[in-house]
Amino acid sequence: MPQYYIKLTVPQGKTAQYIALGRGWGKEFEFMVIILKAIMISGRTLGQGASLEAKMSPEFFNATSSCAISESDYNALGISGDENVLVRTEFGEVVLSARKDDGLPPGVIFIPMGPWANAVVGENTGGCGCPLFKGTEAEVEPTKTQVKDVCELFADLKRLAGEGS
Amino acid sequence: MIEEDVLCPFCGCLCDDLKVEVEEGRIVGVKRACRLGMSKFMGHERIVAPMVRRDGVLVETSYEEAYERAAEILKAAKRPLLYGWCSTVCETAKKGILLAEEVGGVIDSTATVCHGPSIIGIEEKGLAGSTLGQVKNRADLIVFWGANPAEAHPRHTLRYSSNSTGMFTPEGRGGRKVIVVDVRKTRTAKNADKFVLIRPGTDYEVIAALRMIVKGKGDLLPDAVAGIAKSDLEEVADMMKAAKFGAVLIGLGLTHSRGRYKNVDGALSLVADLNGFTKFVVLAMRGHYNVAGFGQVCAWETGYPMAVDLSRGAPYFNPGETAACDLLARREADAMMVVAADPASNFPRKTVEAMAEIPVIQVDPYPNPTTFIADVVIPTAVCGIEAEGTAYRMDGLSLRMKKVVDSVYPTDEEVVENILDRVRRLGDDN
Repeated sequence: MPQYYIKLTVPQGKTAQYIALGRGWGKEFEFMVIILKAIMISGRTLGQGASLEAKMSPEFFNATSSCAISESDYNALGISGDENVLVRTEFGEVVLSARKDDGLPPGVIFIPMGPWANAVVGENTGGCGCPLFKGTEAEVEPTKTQVKDVCELFADLKRLAGEGS
Repeated sequence: MIEEDVLCPFCGCLCDDLKVEVEEGRIVGVKRACRLGMSKFMGHERIVAPMVRRDGVLVETSYEEAYERAAEILKAAKRPLLYGWCSTVCETAKKGILLAEEVGGVIDSTATVCHGPSIIGIEEKGLAGSTLGQVKNRADLIVFWGANPAEAHPRHTLRYSSNSTGMFTPEGRGGRKVIVVDVRKTRTAKNADKFVLIRPGTDYEVIAALRMIVKGKGDLLPDAVAGIAKSDLEEVADMMKAAKFGAVLIGLGLTHSRGRYKNVDGALSLVADLNGFTKFVVLAMRGHYNVAGFGQVCAWETGYPMAVDLSRGAPYFNPGETAACDLLARREADAMMVVAADPASNFPRKTVEAMAEIPVIQVDPYPNPTTFIADVVIPTAVCGIEAEGTAYRMDGLSLRMKKVVDSVYPTDEEVVENILDRVRRLGDDN
């Protein structure tokens, strides 16, 4: 079963008393966020496959920069129409658009194979050459942050490569 | 003009019945292809010209200079990694292995981050395999385990497996039973007679429980294994034993999850057990159209199918040590050549950060995130559309890819050969 917890953050200049005044869930109060603990799996989708040789295209962005969440988890997180989700693992974090998927059981999230998914996959191969692309423990929370496009995702790496040459 | 019986250079199905309409040297239409094949034939944005990185920026150059620069990078490296090789033809792989030997590098394919663990599992246990033709013509039970062909191999079910019609399977889907085991209800699962939903990372436990039931030790099992009722597992085992010809088709659900090659070992062992009762085969649902082909070429050239270290004078294979992700994660590789692959997208972030710290040569028709961190970029023709060659279907059948239209770009094979030629001319001054 999925687990949730509530993160309370005190905005700068506010006191803890301010939190105590909060009623309801995170949507109304930015300082109060529900976080889902889930297992992240990545994999192929038709849209990802059809655009995988056009990685600079909007089709690839739309096909792979999203996170599928079970309906019950989606509703529990209280994601509003203009919100994305922040997926965090011990290996990194990434912002993705959120969508409901009735095929997913609660507590499992799915990110299409690609650079967004791999931002939160660890490099350990367990001695057999293959990273654990499916089965990483992740935390998911709603966010107003925008999803990075493919150039932004690699922007810091390009600089490194430039210095190296 | 309509070109008949064209092979599709996309997924491991390697469909060989496409009709491609060509007008004035351009493809204007494709029939019979799935959405994946269609997108490939209709084309994408291409890398226009060779490029080299100067002062941090990629600038256009000549093929000659790009070859020279690539050769210098490989020659200067102490531990070059030559990676990719699966969305290209076997002829390219052959030249790539020669190049890796010449520079004393490690050659690895995209298989290591895909069905590599399946290959290790096969080495552990052995494979009761078959061709897809046998599955199509004979199988009355299909098990998709951690595989979702509805999204990854869209024509597989209709051409080769659950929904195909063959010599001894004239009823098609109606005459077969389909079992799907997965961690989510995929589109493939919606086509199943029996769907078993398992928790991520519990494949090994579930397979082990099934093996116990098949071998008559089911009474030792608890009422539920990994959250699945024993009665469900018994039903699956009964369906398997009742089949005249069963086929287990394994996907990345096994190789990418906890257990990895041991999951595959388990699945192969289950199939071996089932062969004590009836006929059963197992196949890996290979991803890229020629990922199986690189494994074949590498195995006959070096003795190993992937992750081969050629720096020692004799080929050495130890995935976990010599696989691309491991070499990068340990910051061991000091140069990388990427042919027909996009590790910047498909490797974990930390591994990509390591790639960005070393010189990278990219040989590919299409721009992708690997281009962002490449120091030499060499565009090529698209194999199977603009260049011919040999590819291996996921079941190990070799097929000849056609050239449908002309290209202004050199083939992958020509590019690798040119770099090899320049490496040899640079001489052995290491």
